[in-house]
Amino acid sequence: MSPTARVEILRRLRDAGAARSAMVAVPREYRGPGVPPPHEPARGAREPGDLPRLLAGRLTDYGAMVRHGRVTDAPALIARALRASAARHVVVPDGLPAEWAAAAPDPLPDRPRLDIAELAAADAVITTVTVAIAQTGTLVLDHRPGQGRRELTLVPDVHLALVTRERIVAAVPDAVAAVDPLVPLTWISGSSATSDIETGPGSGCARSAAAGCHLAG
Amino acid sequence: MTGSVPPYAPRGAGYLRGEAPFPAAAQRALTDGQLRRNLRYATRTIREKREHAVAELPDWPQLRAAGAAIKDEVLAHLDDYLLELERQVTAHGGVVHWARDAHEANQIVTRLAAEAGATEVVKVKSMATQEIRLNEALAAAGISAVETDLAELIVQLDHDSPSHILVPAIHRNRTEIRDIFLREMPDVDPALTDDPVALAEAARSHLRRKFLTARVAVSGANFAVAETGTLVVVESEGNGRMCLTMPPVLITVMGIEKVVPTWRDMEVFLQLLPRSSTAERMNPYTSTWAGSVDGQAFHLVLLDNGRSATLADPHGRAALRCIRCSACLNVCPVYERTGGHAYGSVYPGPIGAVLTPQLTGVADQPTLPFASTLCGACYDVCPVAIDIPAMLVYLRSRVTADEADRRWLPTAEAAAMSGLAWTMRGRRRWTWALRAARLGGLLARPGKPITRLPGPLSAWTAFRDLPRPPRRSFRDWWGRR
Repeated sequence: MSPTARVEILRRLRDAGAARSAMVAVPREYRGPGVPPPHEPARGAREPGDLPRLLAGRLTDYGAMVRHGRVTDAPALIARALRASAARHVVVPDGLPAEWAAAAPDPLPDRPRLDIAELAAADAVITTVTVAIAQTGTLVLDHRPGQGRRELTLVPDVHLALVTRERIVAAVPDAVAAVDPLVPLTWISGSSATSDIETGPGSGCARSAAAGCHLAG
Repeated sequence: MTGSVPPYAPRGAGYLRGEAPFPAAAQRALTDGQLRRNLRYATRTIREKREHAVAELPDWPQLRAAGAAIKDEVLAHLDDYLLELERQVTAHGGVVHWARDAHEANQIVTRLAAEAGATEVVKVKSMATQEIRLNEALAAAGISAVETDLAELIVQLDHDSPSHILVPAIHRNRTEIRDIFLREMPDVDPALTDDPVALAEAARSHLRRKFLTARVAVSGANFAVAETGTLVVVESEGNGRMCLTMPPVLITVMGIEKVVPTWRDMEVFLQLLPRSSTAERMNPYTSTWAGSVDGQAFHLVLLDNGRSATLADPHGRAALRCIRCSACLNVCPVYERTGGHAYGSVYPGPIGAVLTPQLTGVADQPTLPFASTLCGACYDVCPVAIDIPAMLVYLRSRVTADEADRRWLPTAEAAAMSGLAWTMRGRRRWTWALRAARLGGLLARPGKPITRLPGPLSAWTAFRDLPRPPRRSFRDWWGRR
């Protein structure tokens, strides 16, 4: 590192008038965390603020297959979702509940670490989520136990995400407040939209198809 | 303003100066009918979608006000926030580098890539690395840079330059893209059609190998959080995730104005940016990380390149609030007709017309502040409320003052304007001038506009008609009542 460049840029910024002005007050009058969002009619919603229905509607819009059930139904839901995607070889990260991992026809634990070729040969990966944002249909992963390192959800073509009720938040500010910015995060919200703006290609080049299970109770 | 004005982005490096001034480049672009059709379709589509995405949030005006204020606070204490960012990134195992200009940034990245033993690097679409023309600098050192964003890949394969901030190949349609792939991709299926899905699949298989073998990735950053050292990359295709995650070395180049004070500020920008740029509730993929992750080496390059000079101007510094959403391009009647290349800069459209001349100094881009009708649509859509029309007018005055400083004789326009000012200051002079103007009626047939003025005045009528002066002025009419 060149200390001269650092010193000079900082000097330029002070010459330019930075560091001499008063603190700018930020008006935070928008909808912050914990404030209920405006009612959005979700398909099949039974009441305003039915976040699981709103989330499921958004995920379906993105082309994901969504299934609902109780936590005790999880193994059966997983097995059905994997069958529907014709997925046999399924990556199961450390920390995923053993009975969920066992629902895969051929579970591949990431221990010892799977190499790239093994990941590329896998059909799917199962993870939990840190939070899911109903308003935007976003799944946020922090890659802690149950979600695995970032490569696991990147290489296989199908991502099966298990979302429990208490992980669903209303909107973006709730998610920002709920996650730890010091650990790597991946926010996933459907497929590419730049393409049809451009009159050109369909979906993004590097995306994997998503399937989700929402678990109540 | 105190002290001396910091240096502008240097000449001879980067993509901030075009080969031709805007009027000449625009005239060329306007003759390309295919380009105009592609642009009209694309900008119209995204404009409509964006309106829906924004209308869905009732608190959009409040988010916009917060976004503007957060950025103003950053600019007011930029040195403090950069130092805090450096402390946090370093504390989490990253290495921070400072680059005064494009040359220095290119040298740093080239050296880091060479030290990692790379002959090929994969790239995430980034405005900062386009601004410094990093790919060319790497190529000169024998390192090839592979663009992994689909549109950026199209532009790269075509040996072309991007023409839009968000959709760099907006000037191409899918048949043209198919032809580029057939010509430039070594192992492409010769029977490739122009079906969008087939084109995406061709690019996917072309890129997949690159992702898995590259030793070094280079990215930009949409935001960097000073408080935590968290870097944020917002993208659509997932190629960014690949680059940020797979290679053992990651180098991120970001403009110094991309820092934000706190993690909480992301609750504002993660709503403003996707809805304003791609018209989505949320962009498909967002990656965040602080420092080195899972043993990956992480380098952060902080780029000035004319930003501190922009900061030094209190009337122009708000251009540094820009979060590169490109909404102003899509609503601009001038951009929609000329496309991005006419602006001669990596930053086209209304934001480019105010940002580029400040990064280079107005002397090097004197025509850009005039590349606008001042209709104000850009200000209306800007998610951080940059008053682009007011800034354009201000920069026009800087161009005029700059021309006056450099010339021994005033320009014809300046002479005419100061003559007009003198005439309008005296009542008699003005009355006389209005009567004399009637003579101008001789230059056109009754009822027709004047299409060509004589002598040096012809410059005025080169691009516009002049209405034929009325037989009697308002003052004459009023005086006789």
